[in-house]
Formats: sequence, C-alpha cells, structure tokens
Amino acid sequence: MKKNFIILFFIVLIPINAFALIEVDITRGNLNPLPLAVSPLSIDDKSKKSFEKILKQENIGSEISTIVENNLRTSGLFNPLSKEAFLQAPDIANLKPRFEDWNLIKAQALITGKVTYVEEKLRVEFRLWDVLAAKEMMALAFTTVPNNWRRVGHIISDKVYERLTGEKGYFDTRIIYVAEEGPKTQRKKRLAIMDQDGANNKFLTLGNELVLTPRFNPTSQMVTYLSYFKNLPRVYLLDIETGTQEVVGDFPGMTFAPRFSPDGKKIIMSFAKDGKSDIYTMDLENRLVERITNHPSIDTSPSYSPNGKFIAFNSDRSGYQQIYIMKNDGSDVKRISFGNGIYGTPVWSPRGDLIAFTKLHKGKFYIGVMRTDGKGERLLTENYYQEAPSWSPNGRVLIFYRETKTNAKGEGFSAKLWSIDLTGYNERLVETETDASDPSWSSLLSN
Amino acid sequence: MNRSIIISSVLHAALIFITAMSLPFLAKKPLDIPPIVSVELIQIAEKTNIPFAPKAKKIIEKVKEKEKKLVSEQAPPKKVKKTKTKTVVSVDKNEKIDNKTPEAIPLPEKTVKKIETKKESKQNPDKLDEEVKQVSEFEKKELVDLDNIAKLIDKAKEDTAKVIKKNNDITQDQDNKIVTSGLTLSEEDALKAQIFGCWSIPLGLPYNEDLLVRIKLMLEPDGSVAKTEILDHARMNKPGQGFYKVLAESALRAVKLCQPLRVPTTGYERWKELQLNFDAREMLEG
Repeated sequence: MKKNFIILFFIVLIPINAFALIEVDITRGNLNPLPLAVSPLSIDDKSKKSFEKILKQENIGSEISTIVENNLRTSGLFNPLSKEAFLQAPDIANLKPRFEDWNLIKAQALITGKVTYVEEKLRVEFRLWDVLAAKEMMALAFTTVPNNWRRVGHIISDKVYERLTGEKGYFDTRIIYVAEEGPKTQRKKRLAIMDQDGANNKFLTLGNELVLTPRFNPTSQMVTYLSYFKNLPRVYLLDIETGTQEVVGDFPGMTFAPRFSPDGKKIIMSFAKDGKSDIYTMDLENRLVERITNHPSIDTSPSYSPNGKFIAFNSDRSGYQQIYIMKNDGSDVKRISFGNGIYGTPVWSPRGDLIAFTKLHKGKFYIGVMRTDGKGERLLTENYYQEAPSWSPNGRVLIFYRETKTNAKGEGFSAKLWSIDLTGYNERLVETETDASDPSWSSLLSN
Repeated sequence: MNRSIIISSVLHAALIFITAMSLPFLAKKPLDIPPIVSVELIQIAEKTNIPFAPKAKKIIEKVKEKEKKLVSEQAPPKKVKKTKTKTVVSVDKNEKIDNKTPEAIPLPEKTVKKIETKKESKQNPDKLDEEVKQVSEFEKKELVDLDNIAKLIDKAKEDTAKVIKKNNDITQDQDNKIVTSGLTLSEEDALKAQIFGCWSIPLGLPYNEDLLVRIKLMLEPDGSVAKTEILDHARMNKPGQGFYKVLAESALRAVKLCQPLRVPTTGYERWKELQLNFDAREMLEG
C-alpha cells in the first residue's frame, strides 16, 4: 500500500516538474525617451491653397505636425525622429504605413494624418500606429475653425501622450504669469497669458498697478490674483473668457496667496493682522468668510488636496518655516517637513500623491517634491533664487520662476520661467517676451 | 459759508473723479484673447478600414518577390537558418493583417501559398534538428549544411540519429534534471540584460499601484518569438486599467524589439516556453 502511494506520488510529481514554466523577472528597463515618428500631415493642393489664404501658413499639415513633435519632445518622454530619415512620403504614410520602413529607422510609434478644408472648416484626421506590433492604436478626427489650428496640434499631442503613457496630457493648456519689465527697483508688472508652448502671448492688465500671484481655477478659465490698491493688496477675480474683473471683498489687514479650492467654489488665502497671519476661506457664491487656523504664528501659502479634504500650508509655529497639513476644517494639524532648511509654498499635486515646495538651505533655493506624509523628499533643481512651483494638470511637470543675481552695479537681473518634470532631468526654459514670474498652469482646455 | 460749500463740493467731485479713474476694475480694457472654440471629436477607427496606397502595394509586392528570391538563392548554411526564420515571421505578420482586413489588402494568394509551401519544406530540417539534439554541435551544423543538397542523405542521417538517441538514454535523463532547475544564472542574466536594453519603461506610470505584467512566450530554437500571450489579458481592456494596458504594450514592444532573444544554445525543450514578469515599480520609485 505504502509503495503504491510512493509510486503514485512520483507519477503525479514528475510531469509537473518536467513542464514547470521558466519565469524570468524583468525589473529594469531603460529610461530613454520612446523613439517615435511624426509624419507631416498630408494635405491636398486645393485645401493647401485655401489655408494659405486664410492662415498665411504655407503648409498647415507640416505646421501642425511640428507642434505635435515639439510638444512630445519637451515632455522628455518621447524622442521624435528626424524627418529626413523618413522613407515614406506623407501621402502614402497616411494610408496604411509600410511598417518595415518605420521599423528600419527604429521608430516604435508612428503618427500619420491628413488635413482637409471642408465647408470652411479645418478637418484633421490622425492615426497612431504601433510599429512593432504593426497595428493601429488610435484614430481620431477633429473639425474646427481654421484659426484654431494650433490647438488641434496640442489636442493631438495630448491624445498621443495619453495613449502611450496612460495618463492625461498637458499640452492643450495655458499659463498665466506676471510679465515684468524695467529696472529691478521700478518694475512694471502686468498680468499675461500664453499657450503652454509660449505662443499666443497676451497682456491682461495695463501695468498701472502691481499684480501678484495669479492662480487658475482648476475647473474653469477663471483666475484669482492680488493687486495693490492704496498700498494694500486686494484679491481680484478675472474671468478670462469675458474679461470681467471684480474685487472679491475687503478684508481687514493684508491678504496673501489666494488660491482656488479644487471645485472652484472657494478661495483659500491668508490674512495678516497684528503681527500674525491665519488662513481663511471664502465661499464665492455667498461671500462668507470662514477662519481655518487660529494660532499666534504666521500661517500662509494654503493649498487644497485635489479631493478637497486636506490643506497643506506653511507655518513658523515650530520656530522655522515648515510645511504642515490639516483637515479642511483646520483640525488635526501635522508637520510633514523635517529636513534641514526652510520650507515654503507647498502645492498639492493634481494627482494627489505629492506636494511640491520651495526650500531654502545654506543660501540656495531648491524646488522639490515630497509625499503627502512628508516621506520621500526629492529635490529636483537647485539655484541662486527660484520659487513658486505650479503643477501641470496631469501632475508630471512643474513650472516655476528663477531670478539671476545682479552684479555690483545692479545690472544683469532677470526673471524667467522654467519647467522641470518629476524625473528632475528634463529642465527647460519657457520662452517669454518679457521677464516673467509667478506662473500658474491652467487645466486642460478641452475636456 | 457758501464758499466753503463750493470748495467742499469741488474737492469731493475731484476725489470721486480720481477714485473712479484709478480703480482697477473700472479702468479695464476689453480683453483680446482668442475665444476657446469647441473641437468636435470623432472616433474614426471603427468606421474606416483604410487600404494600402496603390504605390505602397506595388512596393510591398516587389519587396516580397525579392525576399523570395533571396530565400531560394542562399547557399551558406548559417544564412539558411536566419533567412528561414525571417520568412516564417513575415508570413505570420501577413496572416495577421489578412485576418483583420480581408478585403482591404488584396494580397496575391499565390505568393502567400508559395511562401507557405516553402515554410513546410523548411520545417523538415527543423524537425530533424530536434530529433538530432543528442548529436554533437559539429554534426548538427553539417546536417543543416546537407539539407539543401539532398534529402536522401538527410534520411540516412535521421536514421543514424535515431540510433544514437536510443543509445543516449542516460544523457536524456540528465536533460530532464536540467528542465526542473530552469535556466542557469548566467543564462538568465544574459536574457535579462538583453531585455533591460529593449524595454523603454513608460515613465508616467504610478509607482504605488500593483502593476505586474506577465507574458508567456513560445520561442523558436533560434530565440525568435513565435507567440506571445499576456497572462492577465482580461485586465487589458477593463475600464480604469489604462496604466496596465500601457505597461503591457510596452512589454510587448520590448519583446518584439529584442528578437531574437539571447537564449541558451542547447536544451530547447526546457526553454521553448518562457514567462517574463515585467515589473517597473523599482525603477519608477527611483
């Protein structure tokens, strides 16, 4: 009996062993940007002529593909290949591409498409192909007024980004900032807005009064900012679509750092009075003001978590300025920054997982991120002076401003916008017409 | 009395005028910003089924004919092996496209059939290869060499191989033992190192989610991939699993890019099926 069992045991066991599947764990890969080809969008002669008349652009198809290419390159996640290496012309590539040709130049993804002029409108079709699998990943068509062509490029970039990375893009967005001109002691500061890639720059105020800290409403094209009136800062609301501005209300003492709540219905800010500063919210519908913190220290720079349940802020209640979080009613205050140096301007990521901040340590300014429990602090960039990080709507990129040192004569001062992604490797200067500071990133225009 | 009233009213009027002029919200200028115009979005993937461009079709046919010629012309033994597998892969691809767009791509049936028949004839040496596993490397090469010259000699070799196989029962037992222990460390390292180089990790993935993609591979003896299968395939198209899909696609790309895989030169039986577990968390946490 025992013998039989042993034999049975072996009979059962041996085949399992013989066919055991070999498993290999792949835990590393390369972090090189994904090589992809953006074929110029094809366009027929008739449409080309119509667009030349309306838009004064020679070939709208290749202009749009250039926008897509630039967007994807600046993201740092993609490497658009040189068009000179392409073996297929746009008109052929627009049909079913010959994948071997694209494989040959090491493209892993391919974007093709065509532009047509239909009923006085711009119609763009585009397709995203997986070259290695030789299949279509996505195909979409857009119709819009011809003047909107730049946005079509941005929307295509967003769709491609989303399909290949799994998270939403940030290209069809705008940035509001403070445009600065003149010598350092007599700066003229105007509110300005531009597309995320620096195009379509417009000034929103005249420069008569000082403007500070513009912030986008995360749900609409509304902006809140500070402007000085009778040497006192006041909180303003500006609707970018209609151009209407209004004062939110008069508050006792100085107001600072207004910012919208995630649902866009409240403004959170700090008031300074009698040498202390506390955090307040104001409901924009009924203009009711609510006090959130009540502490003899200076509490400022409040920022909501994306679910609205928590608030990050900085306070000097421990002696030095550090970052704290609390529930949205002001209870349960917890300090989260414990590193050396002074921490300020906490901004909660739209993705909810990180808090960006400015840190001052040994005379250097850093922009960094930490998890919401204060762990995993990473400093992304170091410089002489930089601050005010603002998140891209997908929580991958930060935009901030950096000032350069003046020389002994007080010359050489400049303030410029810079962006950096979470890896910390992809740092870029954002070109602006004038000097610029205090940027704020809008949410996606098309949702 | 009157004078003071006049002075007072003049000063008041001046004050009102100054405040009216300096109030920022009154001094506003109409904004000249391009309005946000809506953009219509239409999914065209399912509606259209685009054909090859006429030009492209011709070029593809030409390329195929060239490939065919290449296959029949080869002489040196090693090249035979390589080109052979390449044609097999290309046939597979054609079949895939055929399935999806049967009407759109009127590929001449003849060429497909021809390639298929070639594939069959090429499969004979394959089978031989497997059966003659126990023969030394040197003899194996010779076999491939002869395969193009005469089938008769092949048959003779096959018979001798069978005899050798029978005699080598002991070595087969040893082979079984290797099967249970999987790849050796150096073999595994070689394979890992190769795939590390091919896998572009999608950097946008969240580091704190359970993202592990398991892919089962069916391999050819030369390391090229005959079939891939994602083991949690159902998860691919579930809503809210966008990140998983992106990771799975990147893993598939890595496998395709790395072909042929750096597999051991011997013991095909034990690694003809391989499972790769792609896990990006370590890298993303960085």
